[in-house]
Amino acid sequence: IEHLINRYNAKNPAIGTLYLTATHLIYVETYNDTRKEAWILHHHISSVEKLPLSTSGCPLIIRCKNFRLLHLLLPREKECQNVYQSLLRLSQPVKYEELFAFLYNPKQNEQQRREGWAFIDTATDFNRMGLPNDYWEISDLNKDYEMCSTYPSTLVVPKIASQATVMGSAKFRSRGRLPALSYFHRETKAAICRCSQPLSGFSARCVEDEQMLQAISQANPNCPFMYVVDTRPKLNAMANRAAGKGYENEGNYSNIRFNFQGIENIHVMRNSLQKLLEVCALKSPSMSDYLTGLENSGWLRHIKAVMDAGVFLAKAVADEQASVLVHCSDGWDRTAQVCSVACILLDPFYRTMKGLMMLLEKEWISMGHKFTQRCGFLDGDPKEVSPVFTQFVECVWNLTEQFPCAFEFNERFLIDIHDNIYACQFGNFIGNCQKEREELKIQETTFSLWPFLLKQQEWYRNPLYKRSVKSGPLRPNTLPLHFKFWCGMYNRFDKGMHPKQSVLDLLLALTQKKTESERKMTDLQRQLAVADGVLQDPAGPTQPVTNPIPSTDQLGGDGNCVTKGASKNLNSELLCTTNERKTSESESALTLSKGKAVSVQIKDFRKEVQGSY
Amino acid sequence: MEFAELIKTPRVDGVVLHRPFLPLVEGTLCLTGHHLILSSRQDNTEELWLLHADIDFIEKRFVGSSGTIIVKCKDLRIIQLDIPGMEECLNIASSIEALSTLDSVSLMYPFFYRPMFEVIEDGWNLFLPEESFKDLESMTDEWRLSEVNRDFSICPSYPPLVVVPKDTDDDTLLKVASFRHGGRFPVLSYYHKKNGMVMMRAGQPLIGPNGRRCKEDEKLINATLRAGKRGYIIDTRATAVAQQAKARGGGFEQEANYPQWRRIHKTIERYSVLQDSLIKLVEACNDQSHSMDRWLSKLEASNWLSHIKEILTTACLAAQCIDREGATVLVHGTEGTDSTLQVTSLAQILLDPSCRTIRGFQALVEREWLQAGHPFQHRCAQSAYSSGKLHGEAPIFLLFLDCTWQILRQFPCSFEFNENFLVLLFEHAYATQFGTFLGNSAAERATLKLPQKTVSLWSWVNRPQEMEGFVNPLYEPNSLVIWPSVAPQSLQLWEGVFLRWNRSSKCLDEAYEEMVHIIEYNKELQKKVNSLRRQLAQLETEGSPLHTP
Repeated sequence: IEHLINRYNAKNPAIGTLYLTATHLIYVETYNDTRKEAWILHHHISSVEKLPLSTSGCPLIIRCKNFRLLHLLLPREKECQNVYQSLLRLSQPVKYEELFAFLYNPKQNEQQRREGWAFIDTATDFNRMGLPNDYWEISDLNKDYEMCSTYPSTLVVPKIASQATVMGSAKFRSRGRLPALSYFHRETKAAICRCSQPLSGFSARCVEDEQMLQAISQANPNCPFMYVVDTRPKLNAMANRAAGKGYENEGNYSNIRFNFQGIENIHVMRNSLQKLLEVCALKSPSMSDYLTGLENSGWLRHIKAVMDAGVFLAKAVADEQASVLVHCSDGWDRTAQVCSVACILLDPFYRTMKGLMMLLEKEWISMGHKFTQRCGFLDGDPKEVSPVFTQFVECVWNLTEQFPCAFEFNERFLIDIHDNIYACQFGNFIGNCQKEREELKIQETTFSLWPFLLKQQEWYRNPLYKRSVKSGPLRPNTLPLHFKFWCGMYNRFDKGMHPKQSVLDLLLALTQKKTESERKMTDLQRQLAVADGVLQDPAGPTQPVTNPIPSTDQLGGDGNCVTKGASKNLNSELLCTTNERKTSESESALTLSKGKAVSVQIKDFRKEVQGSY
Repeated sequence: MEFAELIKTPRVDGVVLHRPFLPLVEGTLCLTGHHLILSSRQDNTEELWLLHADIDFIEKRFVGSSGTIIVKCKDLRIIQLDIPGMEECLNIASSIEALSTLDSVSLMYPFFYRPMFEVIEDGWNLFLPEESFKDLESMTDEWRLSEVNRDFSICPSYPPLVVVPKDTDDDTLLKVASFRHGGRFPVLSYYHKKNGMVMMRAGQPLIGPNGRRCKEDEKLINATLRAGKRGYIIDTRATAVAQQAKARGGGFEQEANYPQWRRIHKTIERYSVLQDSLIKLVEACNDQSHSMDRWLSKLEASNWLSHIKEILTTACLAAQCIDREGATVLVHGTEGTDSTLQVTSLAQILLDPSCRTIRGFQALVEREWLQAGHPFQHRCAQSAYSSGKLHGEAPIFLLFLDCTWQILRQFPCSFEFNENFLVLLFEHAYATQFGTFLGNSAAERATLKLPQKTVSLWSWVNRPQEMEGFVNPLYEPNSLVIWPSVAPQSLQLWEGVFLRWNRSSKCLDEAYEEMVHIIEYNKELQKKVNSLRRQLAQLETEGSPLHTP
């Protein structure tokens, strides 16, 4: 379908052509010989709005899940209607098979596809934490998804909890989402566990559930109590009691410390984002409009609530050596946010690219965050859509702002993961839980996102990253004034608003240049050594040669060479320090070995020089 | 007067000092004529040396027999001193109050300060008007240096030398001076080399309720217009405010008398409003107890960022008129010593790459603020913790620095200096051992004999060992005009000033050092590669006879 259209934008309207393909909406604008293209995935379109016909044409507003906003003005009503109808249909697939991931073929063979999926294996993360151990075991009680249909097939549970305890506890938890381990902190032996709300109503009890919590508490020899954190506001939790759900009665469980964290539900969050986006879309707002709008949206308050809860968990584990059991209602939204924020605070691994991938696979994908519904992949109940994951990503971004050296990745990594989730180009996030993914044969028919991200790791690298030497959790400052509006996310396509020079790009370019220069230097040193060895003493004003150094490796020696050697040695020291600083394993391997070779050579040479004196 | 009279208790032992993000220090508190000193008398602990002039406000609290003094500084830091003994505490407090509010400028510390370093380049002689006029002369012959104000009698807030249109003689200037607020006749502020357009600044015209006119004034500014071209008058006040000024003898250029000029009104607030804004902002930043909603609403209510946006927008407008429209611009507000200078100096940062260098920025501050007669002494007498009746205190200069920081944030590679340099200027404008920011005008500085009696801030800051900390490692000279975004999303709270004492800067400092390291390392590496190349080339040329068979 081809339409000549006119995009109106208060500031600079432009004329261009709109194309619709099976997967993309493409808008091409040619202005003064510069061609600008905007490719928008149909899956990224969150809403299409047709405004009343005006004298200049027929306006269409397209809002995207990656926060792009497009105002189109089509010359003819009929075309507009056609485009509108097509976009509505294309942006709201009704069946999983219509999602891009099932069509996408990146020209990889079956082997590569399988390797891609095997790249992130959550089982290895439990091994990394030192599990199973004396306190925790890997259980396959859920292997057929019978105990809990939205949990993964393998779970980590306390060793001392009997099968009856585990299964009994599952029965007492909403949708069978029993307490299972999410993170084990080696240093303190404290664990973060997660579950859904108990079916306690006003007075119901369950011995197995009480035993289960007891078992979790006892799995931590360092602390006589454990925290039970309900991430909801107290009022919400109380309201749930009337429906036979609710929260733990402190009196029924031994040695628990119960508290509420006050994170609002998905509906509040959806409305909040809606309001935030309205502020972002304001045409030349005053500072007052903007700040008032930001405040009224409540968005930063919600981000702070998630962060606060994550900090509470991390402090409990690291400072009090206490285990924590976290839940909300179903334990797949707020619980996922809070547990993963805590994991990032506690464990430097999750601040690496691979670590973040692992964390998403573990706390979000495998533990049943309902991506299909929350991100609205398919035409469905709009009330199930909520920016739960976006909020988590924003929490991570806030941490990267406060700790600029603590993360291996930069902002682009977070944004691209976010966009890729909505793009449905890769299979990782399709489906609402593991069971559904198996039924959909995701791993057999689609590709995994992670290897594709890693291919571009240079683009995603944080040049300031310093692998943390001392462990110990990040301790972010969570006063309100430390939470900033994320312009890079929500006003991402308003390029004019962003800094005009990117420090990130500059530093990344320098990092690349560094690798090149180091290679060049090694090369020159080798050439120089060869030239030096072949040539006779260059007669110069330097000290006369008194003691020619016997050269074993063709490195000729004279007065000149002593200084050269010294300077080379300095070079090699430089090289060594950079090699230590290197973070990428594969890329640096080459330079590392080269650097070493040079430094060894020069050290030997220096010994000879010194020896000869 | 002897300082000793004001110091009731010169020394107290067992005082505990609380500072944000630093461990407690217990030690001896000493008061001298200019400093409050706390020393633990241990070798490895840092001593606190606080200028009395830096103290904005103190609060006393008593618990039992011991007292606490909360010292609020002009650089926004808050420290707490626990003093054993009620009487000592009261004595210390009243001494600090007296010493921090000395009336006489000549008792200020800069008159007593003797530099511990050798002055290599005297800052007092660095930015002389005659020198900068030489640069102008090399570009255009349409301007001249007038000595009409050599004894400060025409305009007390102008320097002895000003740049005016060549064809305007001193008699005309005299007449124009009587028609402009404070005698501030239009003078050259900036010459845009790229297209020869200029920016002038002045005080408001004194048209009064009856619409008085002054032919000489019209002639003077018309002399700066190119044939057939219109100029822009940027009045930094809202139309209504400018209208009201007529009743008090002021006003604005009326279209009928200035047909070749287009007047644009912007709304930069007056000083009392801005002072109020600063007080509210700092209060919001220091209140750790509030929720997100309360913080955002207080940030909004302070209006600080609105002021930033308005000032930057006006500066962009002025720059746009000059660079894009190719028009001459005249900027004024009421007195022409506050908002006018914010606009003219920021516009120059946008237009002139040399203002983004360290020396250039110093020259800008010297030219557009100190020489131009911004009353630093009045404006910076009190800072955000001031209370009670104010006497013209206002963060005009701080707003200018904040706007500069906003531009720096958006163009992180286009400035030779870093944020620390701006923070330094903020600190020294309010309390200092140097004479640079003392006095309210060139006339006052001459009377006080500052160049003879005090050390210039520039003498100190331009020493290589000090400069090191203020150089922006990312700097790449950028010869273009820069256009910052003034969208609210693009403007941020200047954390380096307003959250400086409310957060630990450890992680940010670490990141900065890492960035410096990456850049320095690359430079080093490049140098090595080049030197190796040279060596190789040398060897090859020297050895070439051997290679030729």
